[in-house]
Amino acid sequence: MTAPTRRGFTPTPPDRPRVTGADGIILLVVVGLLALGIWAGEFAPAEVRGPQISLSINALPFYALHSVGRMAAAYALSLVFTLIYGYIAAYNPRAERVLMPLLDVLQSVPILSFLPVVLLSLTAILPEGIAVELASIVLIFTSQVWNMTFAWYQSLTTVPRELREASGIFRFTRWRRLTTLEVPFGALALIWNSMMSWAGGWFFLMAAEIFTLGARDFRLPGLGAYLQTAANEENLAAIGYGIATLIIVIVLLDQLVWRPLLVWADRFKLEMIESDNPPQSWFYDLLQRAALKDAVAGVFALPGRMFDALMDRLLPLPRNVGASANSSFGVGWLFLGGVAVAALTGVVLGGRLLLQVSLDQWIGIGMGVGATFLRVVAALMIALLWTVPLGVYIGTQPRAAAVLQPLVQIVASIPATALFPVLVLALLAAPGGLNIAAVLLMLLGTQWYLLFNVIAGAAAIPQDLRYTTDLLQLSGWQRWRTLILPALFPYLITGMITASGGAWNASIVAEYVVFGGQAYQSIGVGAQITSATADGDYPRLLAATLAMVITVVMINRLVWRRLYRLAENVYRME
Amino acid sequence: MATSTGAVLVELRNVAQRYGRGEKRFTAIEHINLSIREGEFVALLGPSGCGKSTLLRIITGLNRPSEGEVRYRGKPLNGVNPYATIVFQSFALFPWLTVEANVAVAMRARGVPAEQAHARAVELIDLVGLDGFEQAYPRELSGGMRQKVGIARALAANPELLCLDEPFSALDVLSAETLRGEVLELWTGGQLQIRAVLMVSHNIEEAIFMADRIVVMDKGPGRIIAEVPVTLPHPRDRKAEAFVALTDRVYGILMGQTQPEHVEFGTEPGQAGLTRALPAAEVTELAGLLEHVNSTPTERDDIYQLAEDLGLDFNNLQALIETAELLGFARVETGDLIITPLGETFADASILARKEIFASRLRRLPFFRWMLRMIEASGERSLRREVLLTALERDFPPGEAEQQLDIASKWGRYAELFGYDDAQGRFFLEEVATPA
Repeated sequence: MTAPTRRGFTPTPPDRPRVTGADGIILLVVVGLLALGIWAGEFAPAEVRGPQISLSINALPFYALHSVGRMAAAYALSLVFTLIYGYIAAYNPRAERVLMPLLDVLQSVPILSFLPVVLLSLTAILPEGIAVELASIVLIFTSQVWNMTFAWYQSLTTVPRELREASGIFRFTRWRRLTTLEVPFGALALIWNSMMSWAGGWFFLMAAEIFTLGARDFRLPGLGAYLQTAANEENLAAIGYGIATLIIVIVLLDQLVWRPLLVWADRFKLEMIESDNPPQSWFYDLLQRAALKDAVAGVFALPGRMFDALMDRLLPLPRNVGASANSSFGVGWLFLGGVAVAALTGVVLGGRLLLQVSLDQWIGIGMGVGATFLRVVAALMIALLWTVPLGVYIGTQPRAAAVLQPLVQIVASIPATALFPVLVLALLAAPGGLNIAAVLLMLLGTQWYLLFNVIAGAAAIPQDLRYTTDLLQLSGWQRWRTLILPALFPYLITGMITASGGAWNASIVAEYVVFGGQAYQSIGVGAQITSATADGDYPRLLAATLAMVITVVMINRLVWRRLYRLAENVYRME
Repeated sequence: MATSTGAVLVELRNVAQRYGRGEKRFTAIEHINLSIREGEFVALLGPSGCGKSTLLRIITGLNRPSEGEVRYRGKPLNGVNPYATIVFQSFALFPWLTVEANVAVAMRARGVPAEQAHARAVELIDLVGLDGFEQAYPRELSGGMRQKVGIARALAANPELLCLDEPFSALDVLSAETLRGEVLELWTGGQLQIRAVLMVSHNIEEAIFMADRIVVMDKGPGRIIAEVPVTLPHPRDRKAEAFVALTDRVYGILMGQTQPEHVEFGTEPGQAGLTRALPAAEVTELAGLLEHVNSTPTERDDIYQLAEDLGLDFNNLQALIETAELLGFARVETGDLIITPLGETFADASILARKEIFASRLRRLPFFRWMLRMIEASGERSLRREVLLTALERDFPPGEAEQQLDIASKWGRYAELFGYDDAQGRFFLEEVATPA
């Protein structure tokens, strides 16, 4: 794998380090949505029994297919959402002012706290089977969509000015501009982020296919449910089969979908020079050779043109050439109205729920936030300790990279949640076992972001600077202090922002475990959320979720953004 | 085609473009009155930042002016002008489309059926001499060839008004020269539908070589300061006496605006009146320029020759000359740069002596007087960069204010008027005696 470009890899956080009034409104909106779901959930059936999950190895292909289907549905939803949301945010400044901060907060919301709410409210209105299926798709969607939307929005707003003007002067309709300029320009970033999103989706799929809410037992046929059931029954062989199947699925997707896509999208690079080592894919080459390709293209030529003509009508000449030009249409007001209603609901319903939380419970949540914070810090520190040396090694030794990169990629794409049952099994007996397991799970889930960023950063250190340090005979620690660490700094920060967000999110799975039919729990805000879910204690669920959201957003704004700006200003390599 | 008796194609009446609001309001161009007639090749010439590209975008309808009126064939222009196209400085080709698709897309967007568009694209590619490269991607082509694609694409839109936005400035010298000739051939050949050409340029020679009329602009705010007709017959000979005389004349117009000292220096930031912007010049380059002029026997040098000898582009040279004039090291007379005795002293001086001369000259400038006073007045004889920046943003648009502060910081640090701590972002006054 070639190291992803920074544009393609991680979206830059928007440049608003301070907490503003908009954040408050958005928090209210989030509270409102949660509260609304909880209210709807009261109409859900009181008892639910899911289908039996078979641990037979023959069932695995069936389960794998179901899981992939769920992922694909959620991904399709994410893609549509991304294209529309990002487009509106980029072209309507009034909507942008709400949409972008909203996205920022939404991606800090612990996804798993939403699951019971989504599930219950859906079962209230839909047949149970469909509701559970939909809920898992929505959950996966919320784990996939944010980084994609950021990437798309960012690429829309960074289309080179002259290309934009060319599309204006040559009278492109919005549709033509989208297909000729904007989508190709954003393609690489979208594909890289789609790959990341799929990895994130697997992580949550494992937790989303089986869910117990008091007397309600929701489960879906799928790999995640298989692994959970295997862990519950302490069936090590089944766990092994499950993980093996998962790895096979992930490798197949990589080889048959993502790699060919990357090779195909290499043409969309903006650089006017040919790349030294373009990505390779045997499957893509195979497709290229097939005679079928031309036949398919021939069949689709006419309908394609008719579709273009139709879309040209629907998305006609833009009034303005630039992104974020002033345009005014009612959607903005409609949207603002929706926000106002949601915020109001948040105040009323959320307030009522929060008033039911006792002082003791608040103290518990507060202590939980502290404990989880310590765990996140520990996980980040451990990740730093091993990813920096290894990442620098891979990033600076092309030969090592050729061998290790694909390996690391595959290992990284195994969702930590799949391994968690094994971890718990091994560690439960040890003193402080769950504590260690929780930190380990956070580590497993987030260390890869750091590693990939370190590799990218180390590979980007200019050769002449490395020569210079050789000539100056800087060695050991001095070399690290004067060259490597400063050069890595921006990449480390980017990686840590993503990693810390992921670690907070993982705490929900990590701090409270049901294993062999028994619940184990450590102190932490994640444990608060999960146990509140299990007990059906919605006021506490809302309070704990809110506490986590506020903490994560505050840490982002007050710590990471500042470090990020420092990195941008001082340690940028140009 | 040097006649200018054709019907008026484009007419600008009292056009101005302003950005921002209130105190941060910034005028890019103002009081622009200009018409372009059928059969004319007009060049817009001026230093960078004079708003010539802004003007081009207003004429093509990409930007709407904040004041004034743009008419095309007598009708007010509303939105992008469908009869105009642009050849861009950076080519603005879609890297993911082949040469042929890049050209065809201009016609497809206007509703030309696919087969017809591709046939015409092949013709146009042939016309600009890229026969055989139809299926190549832009990144496989040299700069000159890419710009040919840009030209073919512009022609594909079948324009009446062809706009060229510094079309040759991203090319190497040889390709640029060849392409200039080819564009002129296309234009004078008259087989195309093009009624008029408007070219933005910062290259004086290029403008005289190609245009029938040169519209000279100056900055602060961007405005038209002269219109120079060029009546030399094509093909024009750069060595011809008339050509050289015209070159000197235009250089004189662009460089020789000597003004009384209070206008020349401007006022302090924050006070009434215009604050003189510091030209973006490097001190080492300034020293190099003065040494060069000083070493010529006559101690004066043709500016046009200087640009060639020093291999500097026009913008850079102009900033250097402006700085030299501002500090009293040189003055401009009829297209020549003449070094002053002070400039000679500076050129001959040692490093330390240069710093002293430089410092004493900077202290005369209102900009530096203001800066030093601001730093001194703050408690610890040090001042955050943002404070100065915020103050400057009252006189300059945000990006420009930052650039001004950067220039001031470089000059001031060279002269050792003050220091700057990058980590803390603070300007500070040096202690009187610094140890070792």
